[in-house]
Amino acid sequence: MFHYCVDPQNLDGFYWWSCYLTTVKHISFYKSFLVVFALLIVTVPLILLFGFIGAIARQSKLYPVRLFGITYTSIVRGVPDIIFFLFVPIALDQGIEYLRHKVKCPDWTEPIRQGNDFVVCQIAKMPVGSSDQWIHETYGFFLAALAFSIVFGAFAANTINGAINAIPPTQIETGVAYGMTNKQIFIRIQFPQMWAYALPGLSNLWMILIKATPLLFLLGVQDIVYWARELGGTKTARFTYPHEDWRLGYFIVLLVFYLFLSWVSEIFFNKLTLRVTRGQATLSGMNNNRSEKRSS
Amino acid sequence: MTYTKIITGAALIAAFASSAFADGHSIRMGTEGAYPPYNFVNDSGEVDGFEREVGDELCKRANLDCTWVINDWDSIIPNLVSGNYDTIIAGMSITSERDEVIDFTSEYFPPDPSTYVALAGASDDVVNGVVAAQTSTIQAAYIASSSATVVEFATPEETVAAVRNGEADAVLADDAYLADIVNASNGELAFVGSPVAIGGGIGMGIRESDTELKEKMNTAIASIKADGTLTKLIAKWFDGRSVEY
Repeated sequence: MFHYCVDPQNLDGFYWWSCYLTTVKHISFYKSFLVVFALLIVTVPLILLFGFIGAIARQSKLYPVRLFGITYTSIVRGVPDIIFFLFVPIALDQGIEYLRHKVKCPDWTEPIRQGNDFVVCQIAKMPVGSSDQWIHETYGFFLAALAFSIVFGAFAANTINGAINAIPPTQIETGVAYGMTNKQIFIRIQFPQMWAYALPGLSNLWMILIKATPLLFLLGVQDIVYWARELGGTKTARFTYPHEDWRLGYFIVLLVFYLFLSWVSEIFFNKLTLRVTRGQATLSGMNNNRSEKRSS
Repeated sequence: MTYTKIITGAALIAAFASSAFADGHSIRMGTEGAYPPYNFVNDSGEVDGFEREVGDELCKRANLDCTWVINDWDSIIPNLVSGNYDTIIAGMSITSERDEVIDFTSEYFPPDPSTYVALAGASDDVVNGVVAAQTSTIQAAYIASSSATVVEFATPEETVAAVRNGEADAVLADDAYLADIVNASNGELAFVGSPVAIGGGIGMGIRESDTELKEKMNTAIASIKADGTLTKLIAKWFDGRSVEY
């Protein structure tokens, strides 16, 4: 990075550190923090979407739709995350490749499943084998994001379902008395008010999601935990910058990062709770009201 | 761009209808990147080590265009069979259990005895105590079948750390990996007990259905053995060890 970094063996103190902390590998480590944010940004809308689909399906009057909602939330919440994270991306990947194979190589006669192997023709590969490594990584990242969304979506569905049910039934009766349709009741009464009940559960889920991001590495995405482990590991004389087991130091950096993220989220959710409970018949809504009255 | 790729792909398939592999075809090499001197990620963020050099040489001779991919040891075989990469070149010993799931090329590194390392001054009995090993390795299987207690870790680094912090009495791993660690430990760690011979040589893991790639790699391995390239590479990365083919 710097001009004096040519021969690290002869460096010490500040110069050694400035070179060490700017190796290509360290830059990858710094960039991987963005991967965590990218994952959060991509998955949150998807989680809410899956959550809504699941919750609405569970509220449905049609038995098959309700069954789908119940199956989705129960099975996904019941299966250990780690199994799910290994299963979903591989199943999705193979499913996509299977379909592409059927479309692009109809003349292929060999079976796709050969023992343990999953074999599709080269042009059906997703992404195509000759693509650049970054395309493979991006594709892997989106599979991972989808897996996260499916898992956390099930938890969100349960929370949202509970929130919808928590709205006082008298309000719904009032809606009926006014002659509102079910759709109107949902849009005008249930949807705006459910947030006050859903938010504690959803903020919980967000915290768990932050903590679950290290599972990314299981899916082949090189995230901050991978790089911290890799950079912190003992470096023998074969490396340009030999050092002992420094994993503790690197993991302390991660600890600070995660604590910081939790702290910022906490502040954000507190603000959001105040916002959505305004004027509501919940405890925080009442406190909110009272403090507003006092200040006026 | 994508269309050109699809068209070239289709042209290749048409030209070599019997196989998916053509000359100059690109393949992906899966490795762990955490097991020096076999494979590791150097300070430039590149895969480096003995297997990097062997792999690149094999690709050159087999006229293949190779990309290196890092994958956790735990899931290295599942990701091969599902087609995320085409070979495993990660210091993997050829064993009959693994051979049921994947195929191996002929060996490019001879059977290497595994050795025990413990804190300096430990008695030889520690090899019968609590011994650390990496998950799904021949060493873990060996300890599990012996009278000692095995504690498994996902990475080689953690197995050594377990000895340092007292969680395990000793660690069992490939000699070459531990030799570096012992040398760098300023006398804190030392070899104990006697080496044990487990496992066959190290070969490249390939999907069972991929017989053509396996043959190509076998030819290339035979060629680097015949002209002494492999002997030179082993001497370079394993402190002058001499292996004649």
